[in-house]
Amino acid sequence: MHMEEQHHCPRESRRSFLKQSTALAALATASPLLVKAAENEEKINAYFEKVPLQLEINGQLQNLSVEPRVTLLDLLREQLGLTGTKKGCDHGQCGCCTVHVDGKRINSCLSLAVMNQGKKITTIEGLANGEQLHPMQEAFMKHDGFQCGYCTPGQIMSAIGCIREGHANSAEDIREYMSGNICRCGAYPNIVDAIMEVKQGGQKV
Amino acid sequence: MINFEYVKANSAQSASEARIKNGASQFIAGGTNLVDLMKKGITAPERLIDINALPLKEISLTPKGLSIGALVPNSVAADHETVKTKYPLLAMALNAGASAQLRNMATVGGNIMQRTRCSYFYDTTMPCNKRNPGTGCSAVEGYNRMHAIFGASEQCIAVHPSDMCVALAALNATVQVSGTKGTRKIPFADFHRLPADTPQLDTNLQVGELITAVSIPAHSFNKAYYLKVRDRLSYAFALVSVAVALDVKDGMIRSAAIAMGGVAHKPWRLYEVEEFVTGKPISKELFTEAASIAMTGAKTYTHNQYKIKLGKAAIIEALTKASS
Repeated sequence: MHMEEQHHCPRESRRSFLKQSTALAALATASPLLVKAAENEEKINAYFEKVPLQLEINGQLQNLSVEPRVTLLDLLREQLGLTGTKKGCDHGQCGCCTVHVDGKRINSCLSLAVMNQGKKITTIEGLANGEQLHPMQEAFMKHDGFQCGYCTPGQIMSAIGCIREGHANSAEDIREYMSGNICRCGAYPNIVDAIMEVKQGGQKV
Repeated sequence: MINFEYVKANSAQSASEARIKNGASQFIAGGTNLVDLMKKGITAPERLIDINALPLKEISLTPKGLSIGALVPNSVAADHETVKTKYPLLAMALNAGASAQLRNMATVGGNIMQRTRCSYFYDTTMPCNKRNPGTGCSAVEGYNRMHAIFGASEQCIAVHPSDMCVALAALNATVQVSGTKGTRKIPFADFHRLPADTPQLDTNLQVGELITAVSIPAHSFNKAYYLKVRDRLSYAFALVSVAVALDVKDGMIRSAAIAMGGVAHKPWRLYEVEEFVTGKPISKELFTEAASIAMTGAKTYTHNQYKIKLGKAAIIEALTKASS
């Protein structure tokens, strides 16, 4: 069999560990020693379950170690402190978590981090060139394309994708191809204006 | 999300072997449906077999028809020049599904394998025969506005959520699968199942079988339209949808392929309607009668009676748009 085994922790041992660890937890108040033993075992367990992961995030190569269940969104926010990417619904329904993977917009909440091995990730933090904002960021400010701002990083990442994909040719087109980004403040008309302006300006996005 | 083991497969054969070796394993491609189901606790695989490294990303046109690799993203298929020009029905259906971000992630194979969006299937506090066989169907007596009007059983009245699959059903696609015992081709109409007494089984795939491609035969249709009716203009699942492909000459329908979405546990092909309209001149009366034939035998529940009226109107509209 030609499988590339990512780690060597058989499931059974993890399951039995969990059972054991629950039993230990029940005794925790009784014995500090047992708590320490459980903690140590948990550390070892976690070590075996993590998968080495290399990503290029906003131009910087990152060598990471993540559990398979960690989403790209949680990796960015929790492990790397890149909190510009927002968690809204966490189920791919709101678009707050939109980032670019190899230049394409995706929902980072539905992408397991380990599945992005070797890929280039761009987040809202990676758009500006030093102090100079990306044209889409400028356009959102100019057109007041937000109110509370929570959906804005996702809107901007998605808007850039929309233009790159060639789907920003009319207001109607933009509304359709931006439908994966929900704005509960209802800034849609201004978001459409911002995208139209960048598209018509012909700047490289 | 309950943790799991993660392995990457580098051949279809090894992926199938790994799948059989661990009965609680699952393949993962785009992950847009599976990761969501895992977060919700609806499924908890012990091992995920990542198939994204497999060479299944080609779209090729031969005199026999079109072949789309299982790992082609939905957006790539929808924007592919050959798909747009020779199979516009498929491009329209693909673009009607999900959002731009999800279409960039979701694969053609995964789209075929996606599970129902029945709200009771998603609610782990409620009985559901699909999620937990033998517990009962909460939708039959529940809020069943989104549910099936054709081919359902008392065990399950969920609908298949895909738009792409409705077009593939109409276009007589074939699903290519590979397993440890070799490859086989499954006609689209035989791929998905009706719920009957085993609603937990969505498809006729055997354990370990992996979709490698979908092929669509060459055809003579010169008109196509995919109509999707939903609660908002974009990015919502269908209440009903209609895929129509017609071969029209001098106002006469020479052949027709019609299927509906949002009405059954699988894409619902309207063979009788196709037969009825074939050889007849296009007219409003023809389409109205066709719509009535389409809804014959529909069985509604408390909250989805509207689907008969809506379904008829959608068929008339789709036939009109396609033939105009």
